[in-house]
Amino acid sequence: MSEPLLDVRHVDKSFGGLRAIADVSLSVHQGEIVALIGPNGAGKTTLFATVAGFLKPDAGAIGFFGHDILGSTPDRICALGLVRTFQIVQPFAGLTVRQNIAVGAHLRHAGRREALELADSVGRRLGMAALLDRPAIGLTVAARKRLELARALATEPRLLLLDEVMAGLNPTEIDEIVAMIRAIRDEGVTVLLIEHVMQAVMSLAERIYVLNNGALIAEGTPAAIAANSAVVDAYLGHGAAGKLQAKQVRHA
Amino acid sequence: MMPSLRLSGQRALWAMAGVAIIGVVLPLLLRSDFWLNFAIMVLFFTVLGQAWNILGGYGGQFSFGHAAFFGTGAYVTAVLQVKFGINPWLGFVLAGIGGGLVGAAIGFLSFRYGLRGSYFALVTLAFAEVLRILANAAAFTGGGVGTLIPLKQTAANFQFVDKTGFYFVIFALMLIGLLLAYWLENSRFGARLMAIRENEDAARALGVNAFAIKLGAISLSGALAGLAGAFYAQYFLYLDPRLAYGPGISVEALLVPIIGGMGTIFGPLLGATVLHVVGEIARKVMGDAVGLNLALYGMVLVAMVLFLPNGIAGLARRQRLKPKEERL
Ligand SMILES: Nc1ncnc2c1ncn2[C@@H]1O[C@H](COP(=O)(O)OP(=O)(O)O)[C@@H](O)[C@H]1O
Ligand SMILES: [Mg+2]
Repeated sequence: MSEPLLDVRHVDKSFGGLRAIADVSLSVHQGEIVALIGPNGAGKTTLFATVAGFLKPDAGAIGFFGHDILGSTPDRICALGLVRTFQIVQPFAGLTVRQNIAVGAHLRHAGRREALELADSVGRRLGMAALLDRPAIGLTVAARKRLELARALATEPRLLLLDEVMAGLNPTEIDEIVAMIRAIRDEGVTVLLIEHVMQAVMSLAERIYVLNNGALIAEGTPAAIAANSAVVDAYLGHGAAGKLQAKQVRHA
Repeated sequence: MMPSLRLSGQRALWAMAGVAIIGVVLPLLLRSDFWLNFAIMVLFFTVLGQAWNILGGYGGQFSFGHAAFFGTGAYVTAVLQVKFGINPWLGFVLAGIGGGLVGAAIGFLSFRYGLRGSYFALVTLAFAEVLRILANAAAFTGGGVGTLIPLKQTAANFQFVDKTGFYFVIFALMLIGLLLAYWLENSRFGARLMAIRENEDAARALGVNAFAIKLGAISLSGALAGLAGAFYAQYFLYLDPRLAYGPGISVEALLVPIIGGMGTIFGPLLGATVLHVVGEIARKVMGDAVGLNLALYGMVLVAMVLFLPNGIAGLARRQRLKPKEERL
């Protein structure tokens, strides 16, 4: 197999006494959609922040597109083509939707006009045509999530890290954003996403990593992960997998 | 394709053209020295306020120490000409560079260490105070006694018999300030600066080098304040450490755009006009009591914060950008 686009090796990150990430290794290959799942507090967001240069890991190595990005700054990592979204959306509240997206577009387009035009087309593609001139402060949760995605996409990345962009959306909105993510991948952008909406994870992801208490406990295809008892235990409590299996046997 | 944005940009250009025409005609109408002086002071505070606006209004970095840049510009011009006989027009340019360098130095030290919000404000205040104390102690600034620039009223010497000369210099500087603000609203640098103001982490995630952008903004802001300082020195021909580096200038620099509208092109012009019209009326009504203008500014500021949190310019903008809940 070719060299992975993102290569995380034995990364450790502690906050005081709390080991938020413990010896995590994972890789994402060009063109994949990979999901990172795990219960709340597992360390998923911390891992994204570390990869994107917002946090400095205590140990480990992070390679992206052939570069060692460990210890690099968020702006340089973004310029290499790795962009993250925020779980807690961070709109530029006083700017319009178009101006928000244009900040991302400016990464590769110095001219104001080109950046605004790119912002325009990215916004339209993500179904925000009617909102382009609205200030970001008045947007609904769904629109904010979409804006978060649009801004990141406007940087024309190689790899998108999406942190729970479906949280708080209704089923219709989830279907829409799932289709968008698939379309984004089909245009050549690799995707690593954190998601709790399992039906979306199962339909989108080719591979899944499961994080629990800072450590990876499983990796595999959606089918393999669904059948993995350690994963079910992590989500539903110890012994849940056994009980679930027993129940399924009884139902059968 | 982008109707509202382009229109507002164009509207700003038309408004600037209007201001330019009014500004050129105005001295013909202001026959009295009093009103000409009044206009000069309004324009002077507009420039100072615009300098603050670049960093505070567009960049969200609130400085309490713009006197550090202003005073440096003033002293550069004054000292170079009194001690070394350097022409004040050259001094004027060097004052801009000096103000910009002090801005870069303060910016480097504070942004390097991630100072934000009130910490940044306090550090800028401290730098201005340190410079004031140094100017008080140093021999080449004339110390606490101050520096007198010898009277030699020729245009080549940046001194004008007719105040109209000063008027056009500060008016040109005010126009440059407007153009700078317009550029911020229509350039990548400005877009990144405003993104940092709104949310620095989000900006960094989108590839913005926040340190470099803030450093650029404070240098630009310092340069414009330095030019204002040089103008001040030539207009009054006298400087002392309190006038140059004291907190009075720092407070006026931030009041003007806060009252007029932070992060807007015309906010400083509106703010300086309102502030000085109100100040003048109060002086007429209540006489020249010490500290009256400061007490009055305080009251205007409180009223603004309570009733017009986005400044006077915010009145117009609030109509245009009314937030609306919108379903996707
Ligand atoms: N900046 C921080 N300082 C201290 N603890 C933190 C910080 N960020 C996250 N944590 C802790 O690290 C753990 C992992 O958090 P997080 O990465 O947000 O989990 P997840 O995204 O998987 O829900 C949690 O226990 C959280 O409280
Ligand atoms: Mg999280």
